[in-house]
Amino acid sequence: MTNIDFDLIVIGGGPGGYVAAIRASQLGMSVALVEDKHLGGICLNWGCIPTKALLRASEIRHMLDNLNEFGFSVSDIKIDINNITKRSRKVAAQLSSGINHLLKKNNVKVFEGFGSLIKDKSTLKKISIKKNDNVIIKSAKNIILATGARSRNLPFVSADGVNIWDYKTAMTPQKLPSSLIIVGSGAIGMEFASFYNDLGVEVTIIESLPSILPNEDNDISNIVKTNFEKRGIKIKTNTTLKSVNNKTNSVSAETFTNGKVEVIKSEIIILAVGIIANTEKLGLENFNIKIDKGHIVTNDFLETNEKGIYAIGDVTEGPWLAHKASHEGILCVENIAGRDNLKPIDKTSIPGCTYCRPQVASIGMTEAQARSSNLNLKIGKFPFLGNGKAIALGESEGLIKTIFDKDTGELIGAHMVGPEVTELIQGFSIAKKLETTEHELMHTIFPHPTLSESMHESVLDAYNQAIHY
Amino acid sequence: MSVDILMPALSPTMEEGTLSKWLVKEGDKVESGDLIAEIETDKATMEVEAIEDGIIGKILVLEGQESIKVNSPIAILLSEGEKLSESTSANEAKKEIKLEVQNNNENIVKINDVKDKAQATNIINEISNKSDYKPIKQDRIFVTPLAKRIAKQRDIELSSIKGSGPFGRILKIDVENVAIENSYNLSAQKIEHDNFEIIKNSAMRKTIADRLVKSKNEAPHFYLSLDCNIDELLKVRKSLNFKSNDKYKISVNDMIIKASSAALIKVPKANASWENENTKYFKNTDISVAVAIEGGLITPIIKNVQSKGLLDISINMKNLVNKAKDGKLQPEEYVGGSFSISNLGMYGIKEFSAVINPPQGCILAVGSGEKRPIVINDEISIATIMTVTLSCDHRVVDGAVGAEFLSEFKNFIENPSLMLL
Repeated sequence: MTNIDFDLIVIGGGPGGYVAAIRASQLGMSVALVEDKHLGGICLNWGCIPTKALLRASEIRHMLDNLNEFGFSVSDIKIDINNITKRSRKVAAQLSSGINHLLKKNNVKVFEGFGSLIKDKSTLKKISIKKNDNVIIKSAKNIILATGARSRNLPFVSADGVNIWDYKTAMTPQKLPSSLIIVGSGAIGMEFASFYNDLGVEVTIIESLPSILPNEDNDISNIVKTNFEKRGIKIKTNTTLKSVNNKTNSVSAETFTNGKVEVIKSEIIILAVGIIANTEKLGLENFNIKIDKGHIVTNDFLETNEKGIYAIGDVTEGPWLAHKASHEGILCVENIAGRDNLKPIDKTSIPGCTYCRPQVASIGMTEAQARSSNLNLKIGKFPFLGNGKAIALGESEGLIKTIFDKDTGELIGAHMVGPEVTELIQGFSIAKKLETTEHELMHTIFPHPTLSESMHESVLDAYNQAIHY
Repeated sequence: MSVDILMPALSPTMEEGTLSKWLVKEGDKVESGDLIAEIETDKATMEVEAIEDGIIGKILVLEGQESIKVNSPIAILLSEGEKLSESTSANEAKKEIKLEVQNNNENIVKINDVKDKAQATNIINEISNKSDYKPIKQDRIFVTPLAKRIAKQRDIELSSIKGSGPFGRILKIDVENVAIENSYNLSAQKIEHDNFEIIKNSAMRKTIADRLVKSKNEAPHFYLSLDCNIDELLKVRKSLNFKSNDKYKISVNDMIIKASSAALIKVPKANASWENENTKYFKNTDISVAVAIEGGLITPIIKNVQSKGLLDISINMKNLVNKAKDGKLQPEEYVGGSFSISNLGMYGIKEFSAVINPPQGCILAVGSGEKRPIVINDEISIATIMTVTLSCDHRVVDGAVGAEFLSEFKNFIENPSLMLL
């Protein structure tokens, strides 16, 4: 009998992987984590966190532009984009070293290098960890693949870091361009659009679907569209990118809208057209691991078709969100540890947030989805214009929409746009998880004056009992 | 010391069983060897004996409870004078109630003993204060608001739902599952009222189903039929029984068992079973004979038929049939066998084909002996004819082997004196 090095090896140190590793250690497993580049993964180093640092800067810029509304006047505001990105990188670095500390504290052995599966006749799982030319082999009873995803290029255009940017370049510009085109209006595209627009860059968004933020409820998407357009952002929906002509200091994008061709000139173009899972070079081809549409297929408890090999996070089926990855990591290791009474992740209860200005947050079904599900509905809407705290903040633009199953009172969807809604959505997440009905939400006392009162009012409105609207 | 009485393993392969009947009740005194319960396994009902002397302290499984794992406790045996240990939860609850009753009695006594009026009032107040707080001992049901509402809408009693949430909290999905179950049961009940009676399948019924489905799915059956003239055999039987003074009665079936064995010895390739990687050829002829019993059938085995005489076979068979009808066959009496016989002749069945009893290679289906016109030397005459059909698993027994066996069988049946050789 060969010795087993670890109970569990996690490949990938992002929000799925490192959370899984720490939870496994808490449950008494000996755990190793293999990370090729940076602990914390894309989320922490090149995604969620550094973009929030950038957006904080652009929000401040927006506030500075409107200081007179609050009784201040300043002149000679200067922007140093290098200092803005420097702060963003500092925030990411601080958190990444924090992860290192957390892993150490939890006795997780961290290996730097590229981990991949090795086919072996024994029932043990083996992986090779390659760093430069050095390869070591480690074995474990179970393996979790948490290798994440990367941004997608288009067949005819790839990011080059000069005039064609991916998210990384967009996060660390050397200088502010005068104009840019953003391809794709998902969360990433919308956040960059908001950031660069607030810093004074001329922004055009190209979206192939009929509306921006295509996964969000139509009412929400329309409010963001109106806001963006008012700020001077050009939005081209139903528009596909045909080709990009990459010149020395600019690009010209050939687009196609409802049969019409248009060439848009710009200094920079950012590709934000989705992700592809990192499934390559992991040795998957030697195992009975199924891949569907580029993502690893697992069962409800994240196990692949190969016993003892699990996959979590962006490398698996969507939604591709850090908190979904973390939660899958926990569920996965608790299942490995034999915890009973575990329930698969309910994908209708995963909140999603976009941190553009105004912020967008949602959970559950959109109105269109709910209407096509043959349920009888009760729908409530409450604009932030009726909320005292929002008016006091000077951010009264936005809406909270709640959707209930009329027959049972189940909250089946909540959609928000407006001030700090990304912080508010968790209230509805808890409500959904605890299976509250409209009754409990109506009889919950929300503190006054807060933005959260709008959540209450939206629920009341669904049953025609709103007070302030 | 109290001793747990455990679910016994009645055969080496038994994993679980049904407690079909308790023969004792709580408080009964038992001696080692006394029968205490009947256990139904996949094949038979068997009795469980007490292994020690004592008193049945507590019965832990209900009559009719299914799928009781081997070695799990079914009852607690106490030594004389001993009480149930305090760890038994059901007992503890009883004790609590007793204590409460006792306290009340004490209070009453106190009042009677008190002479001073003021003191009495105080005590009465004290008691009535105490009795003011009488918590209703009703278990709180944890349920989410949504689950509660859906249960109410669908008229489902919350106490009937098992919650799958944290600490057993009832969730929406639990209510929905019960609703689905209920609608299924309702429709089942309705059908019963209208047209049918639904009887739960016994362990034996399920085993029969499993084995026969497996046989028909896996074993490629083919069938060979042959007519045997049994006039000579009947004559021999008559003369054998004539001499018995009613001490024994050899049946046609006993002679068929013997003839099958003799034919198998002549054609050992038919005395075989399929084992995927190998084919097993038996040296002995262990003949399984299908016996109809209440609720199903069972195939007790006459072993080593080749070295047994007809009288031996006959006595053996009667014994096994009686045991089978009483559900008392021991596993070694019905598990195994190299060849099977199914005889429906007594029902007047002319001929039929039987399903092979896996993993055996063959089964012989025997029809009734009846007088038929036959042609001998171009002349019609009358003979008693019995049609037999051999079902063969083609993986083990090929057509020629089966045919060879049948012709040997016919030879023995038509010339019974050959069986003496």
